[in-house]
Amino acid sequence: MARRTRDDLVERPGHELDTQPQESEVLQPKIGFLGLLRWMWRQLTSMRTALFLLLLLAIGAIPGSIWPQRNIDAGRVSDYLSQHTVVGPWLDRLGFFDVYSSPWFAAIYLLLFVSLVGCIIPRSRLHWKAMRAQPPKAPRRLERLSAHQERVVVGEPEQVVAAARAVLRRKRYRLRPADPVDPASADTVAAESGYLRETGNLVFHIALVVVIIAVALGHLLGWRGDVIVPEGQTFSNTVSSYDTIDPGPWVNPESLKPFSVRVQKLDVSFEDQAGGAQFGQPRGFTAHTLTRDEPGAPVKEQKLEVNGPLSLGGASVFLLGNGYAPVITVRDAKGRVVYSQATPFLPQDNNYRSVGAVKVPGGDPEQLGFFGFFLPTLEFDKEQGPISSFPDLDNPALVLGVYKGDLYPGGRPQSVYTLDTDEMTQVKGADGQPLRLLIKPGQTIKLPDGLGSITLDKVVRFAGISIRHDPGKMLALWGSLIALAGLIASLTIRRRRVFVRVRPAEPETAGAGPDGSAPPGPRTLVSIGGLAKGEDPRLADALDHVLDAIAERTGSTS
Amino acid sequence: MTNETLATYSNYGLYSAIVVFTLVMLMFAIDLAKAASWTAKVRTEDHERALVGAQVSGAAAQQEPETSESPETAETTTEVSRPRQFAGMGMSLSWLGTLLLIVTLALRGLSVDRPPLGNMYEFALVGTTFAMLVFLGLSLRRDVRWLGLFVTGPVLLTLGLALTVFYTQASQLLPSLHSFWLVIHVTVATLSVGLFTVAFSVTILQLIKSHREQHPPAKPTFVEAMPSAASLDRTAYGLHVIAFPLWTFTLIAGAIWAEQAWGHYWNWDPKEVWTFVIWIVYAAYLHARATTGWSDRKASFLALAGYACILVNYMVVNVYFVGQHSYSGM
Repeated sequence: MARRTRDDLVERPGHELDTQPQESEVLQPKIGFLGLLRWMWRQLTSMRTALFLLLLLAIGAIPGSIWPQRNIDAGRVSDYLSQHTVVGPWLDRLGFFDVYSSPWFAAIYLLLFVSLVGCIIPRSRLHWKAMRAQPPKAPRRLERLSAHQERVVVGEPEQVVAAARAVLRRKRYRLRPADPVDPASADTVAAESGYLRETGNLVFHIALVVVIIAVALGHLLGWRGDVIVPEGQTFSNTVSSYDTIDPGPWVNPESLKPFSVRVQKLDVSFEDQAGGAQFGQPRGFTAHTLTRDEPGAPVKEQKLEVNGPLSLGGASVFLLGNGYAPVITVRDAKGRVVYSQATPFLPQDNNYRSVGAVKVPGGDPEQLGFFGFFLPTLEFDKEQGPISSFPDLDNPALVLGVYKGDLYPGGRPQSVYTLDTDEMTQVKGADGQPLRLLIKPGQTIKLPDGLGSITLDKVVRFAGISIRHDPGKMLALWGSLIALAGLIASLTIRRRRVFVRVRPAEPETAGAGPDGSAPPGPRTLVSIGGLAKGEDPRLADALDHVLDAIAERTGSTS
Repeated sequence: MTNETLATYSNYGLYSAIVVFTLVMLMFAIDLAKAASWTAKVRTEDHERALVGAQVSGAAAQQEPETSESPETAETTTEVSRPRQFAGMGMSLSWLGTLLLIVTLALRGLSVDRPPLGNMYEFALVGTTFAMLVFLGLSLRRDVRWLGLFVTGPVLLTLGLALTVFYTQASQLLPSLHSFWLVIHVTVATLSVGLFTVAFSVTILQLIKSHREQHPPAKPTFVEAMPSAASLDRTAYGLHVIAFPLWTFTLIAGAIWAEQAWGHYWNWDPKEVWTFVIWIVYAAYLHARATTGWSDRKASFLALAGYACILVNYMVVNVYFVGQHSYSGM
């Protein structure tokens, strides 16, 4: 069942009013189950339903931009839930934090998809037939068409018909062949052009289906993982080395290509000239990396930048974040090193006030935990205490609280950036207040109660690296570009039918050439009518051009 | 890095452009106001002439007392030509103001040595420049003096907001904006917003005009200076038909850039969501115009809804929603 559009009506002038109910006297017949299905299918694939679903899709997408989404920022969702204890759970139940994977959103786009396919198939069939059909016969009265003009030209009617055919063929119209049986048709030409309009329209809609399939492929076969790599460290592409990895349902996690990326150095610069909100904004991030396609392969030196991903083993490597990883060493009371590594702290604001934790399971006599902030440019604020006033390393310092006890109570999974202090006690200073350490690079601070010491050796940067593999990516790109081409064709090309009819001109109109000095000879009256599918403000102009060309060909104009 | 002198001159350019556009708006407003009184005057003259004609013919030939005055002839005589020197000045000053805007943008770009497409202030300037260029481009092809007020009005409003609310000091870009896609994506996006803006104005005028054509008011107003509702409808549709593929391109170019910068071509970022919503609403508008049972009037309201989404996308999403497109500079 093809969608019924206004265009269909335009095609059949004189039938615009055929909307009166048919068989109104007859009782409604029972349609049965199959009939019901057919009725539902027609409703679903009707233009009005498609329009309704389109608008519903637009409205349905909006909540995802208003409320935080789990797939983008799960942390903000839990913040929202803890702040809005009444509305929050309800919004959660309705899927407002996972809009784009919620059942109701899926219902809208799946229905739209079905409607789209249900529109494309019958229309393609119709268009296939139309492409191979001949233009219809000229209607009896051309002056009834939406555009109509007449002009007297020089020449016998047969010559003018031949000229009209030549002109229309030249303008890439398809002509209805002259009917040898019906002599009455010898004085008319029927032509049609602009079949590419519907072709473009169909290509657009089919390409949209391709894009949707490509997106689905990306979800099923793609994967993405994130990892933090401090300067001087190497990342190898295995599932276990990721901080988080999100493989699609059809991905075998063991099949990742074993490439590796070593972050040698990370160059970062910040705005220090402009004032106001621009001050401290990032201006450049570049990671200098050494990469290998697989273990043992030659090492390549490559620059990884914010708009310049690396391509390794069929995956793309992106630089998406950065921050500081203080290199911290903890020694026990005997001076034995129990912890020594670059420890990433996660930036919390534009000035890189970063939070993190140092977990020392080998602490002696007890497990030790440090939790607090790293501040690249330390400053003391009267209300907020120690803050960072600039994102670069102008006055770096660690501000830490110290805990002792059981770091991993019950073996529960926990974030590496926070301490689970349920089974720990805070270490107090000599004044009985909780101990708070302020450590600058190079400093070592002795801990009370024979717990040992902590040293901030130096501060390195870390690169937040994201690795993505999306096999549907190129298909989506080509699909959308072809859709765009189809769209432009369907909006710019005009589907037109042009009919020409000639008859010998009456004596009094003959000779009335445009400049009054027409060449001698027989005269013919050309009547031309045009019909367009859809909007076509230039139809009359087009007819004018056809008439001009006919006049020129028959030698009627200078 | 930032050349403060050039940035200051750029600001002077904007002040002058605002002054010029204020004058433009005044000129076009006076011209339209005169249209109302002109029509009223012509109507009364016709009426008097008709009365006189009736008396004369009544006296001359008593057999035909009902000498009717056909409105068609009245139309042809009144439409002769209304003096429109104010509209002419408005057009000339429009060219001047647009030129000043282009200079403002060029100086801004030179002062920071990058395309001026980095924050909301700059988007506002580029968007208004494009809206003016669309208007001036139209004016080269046909008489659109009736539209002047309804393009320069929004333009002036946007420039005022740009100066007072969105103003951002000239500075360098965020690293994620360092890409030639910035030029492609943002230029086409602002160009289509410029087109949608002009289309929005024409759509509103079309709705007013068609209402007036159906319920002719006793007193003529500025609406008399507008072309017919059918012609306005064609213009609005034509503008939308150009703007929609450009917006589609914006969407695609944005996705390509997002893939390069963030690793996802589509991640339902609020800005992406709204760009998509706008695309859907205008797609619905184009479909509605081809759907039986949807009047063009109802379709026009969809176009207006689409423009409302553009405004949300620019003014609300950039500033209030948390997402990766956070470069409003505010």
